[in-house]
Amino acid sequence: MTHCYQLGGYHIVLDVCSGSIHIVDEVAYDLIQHYKTTPHDVLIAAVHDRHPDQATVEELEEACGQIEALREAGKLFTPDTYEPIAGQLKAKTAGVVKALCLHVAHTCNLNCSYCFASQGKYHGDRALMSFEVGKRALDFLVEHSGTRRNLEVDFFGGEPLMNFQVVKDLVAYARSIEPQTGKHFRFTLTTNGMLVDDDVIDFANRECYNVVLSLDGRKEIHDRFRVDYADNGSWERIVPKFQKFVRARGDKSYYMRGTFTHANPDFLKDIQAMLDLGFTELSMEPVVCAPEDPSALTEEDKPIVMEQYEKLAELMLQRRRAGRPFTFYHYMIDLKGGPCIYKRISGCGSGTEYMAVTPWGDLYPCHQFVGEEKFKLGDIWSGVTNTAVRDEFAACNVYARPECRDCWARLYCSGGCAANAYHATGKITGTYAYGCDLFRKRMECALMLAAVNQLEGAQ
Amino acid sequence: MIQIKTIETRNLCDSGGCGECQTSCQS
Repeated sequence: MTHCYQLGGYHIVLDVCSGSIHIVDEVAYDLIQHYKTTPHDVLIAAVHDRHPDQATVEELEEACGQIEALREAGKLFTPDTYEPIAGQLKAKTAGVVKALCLHVAHTCNLNCSYCFASQGKYHGDRALMSFEVGKRALDFLVEHSGTRRNLEVDFFGGEPLMNFQVVKDLVAYARSIEPQTGKHFRFTLTTNGMLVDDDVIDFANRECYNVVLSLDGRKEIHDRFRVDYADNGSWERIVPKFQKFVRARGDKSYYMRGTFTHANPDFLKDIQAMLDLGFTELSMEPVVCAPEDPSALTEEDKPIVMEQYEKLAELMLQRRRAGRPFTFYHYMIDLKGGPCIYKRISGCGSGTEYMAVTPWGDLYPCHQFVGEEKFKLGDIWSGVTNTAVRDEFAACNVYARPECRDCWARLYCSGGCAANAYHATGKITGTYAYGCDLFRKRMECALMLAAVNQLEGAQ
Repeated sequence: MIQIKTIETRNLCDSGGCGECQTSCQS
């Protein structure tokens, strides 16, 4: 299967199952698109008729030889032989947990109406995780991590800095058990910025592999939704703190995470606003909410969003060529490395190797399922007791979704987000069609950028 | 001359997995 598309002035051919990418000219693009469905002599004549001034018959014959050589080398028209191994990685690692999302605070100091977590409460009571629960969660992770050396822990909420002392104590505990367990903990902190101060910055820059900073871009866009309980916007209070945070971070990872809604499908203006503020590691995510919510993206928004993704790719090329690069979460792709085929088929690992822990120690498949009682997996004392739900997530892979079988992007999205699928279709093995359309556009942009960067000698 | 430039990529066919990869998230 190949996916042929034009973007940024380039003709691009992706060989889906080998991952090979070819940048070709207009004539080769025409040849490749019809190569498998048209008899050779008919193809040569037809392409020559369509491009009489661009190639001779001899040159077309030579190009066909090149195409055939690529096919024989496994770089074009590669068949999909992966279905038999679809469940292999999850079967091999069954019972192994390597990442936890610790909900250290089911409460928040902001009152964002679009929050998927219902202002941090996850449709339940406000609560803070105790040190004892957090410590048990870390022990649970170590006990169930098998031979995994790298363990990931996200401090999440709500607003995790509303429980900062527990966060610090848990990190100290984790570091104390690293030598005896042979494990390496990698911490991430997600924050709305309201409680960021020098103590937080010093701690995060010392202990957190990554920090995720919530900012929606332009002040008027950010303050439309991200308000406190007195209905005051938060932009002016958090931006100086984030700027100080990022400056102090040096070369350690961070990214600004924005959300765009029906109010700003023209989100490139928000990307530009963040660049103007000095931030260069960016993401802007489509809002996740019920279709009837006034902030939900509509079908009318879709072409605007698609165009924004393309313009974003153009901006990234321009700025990289001008020596002012920036990153966009969804356009980060490692062509020479990148996940192996087993990971690509298996997906994110929610419900199996990755789980969320509530302040009370309950386990859920991921942070987006917390509060959905039927998805409760168990708890950190008894482990996974709802094996039916765990097995349902273990069976999730690219080939579990009929809609994915003919999708050219399946080995990049791994079958998509189970939470988005559930909220859109009522099934974790469903597909969120709107999200799929956006994902495919993002992948076209990401692959084009990565290929052009490689052609131009920039990685 | 017809142009076909092949970009250097990891060959997925040659890539059972070590399981040490990070938790990825589309959100």
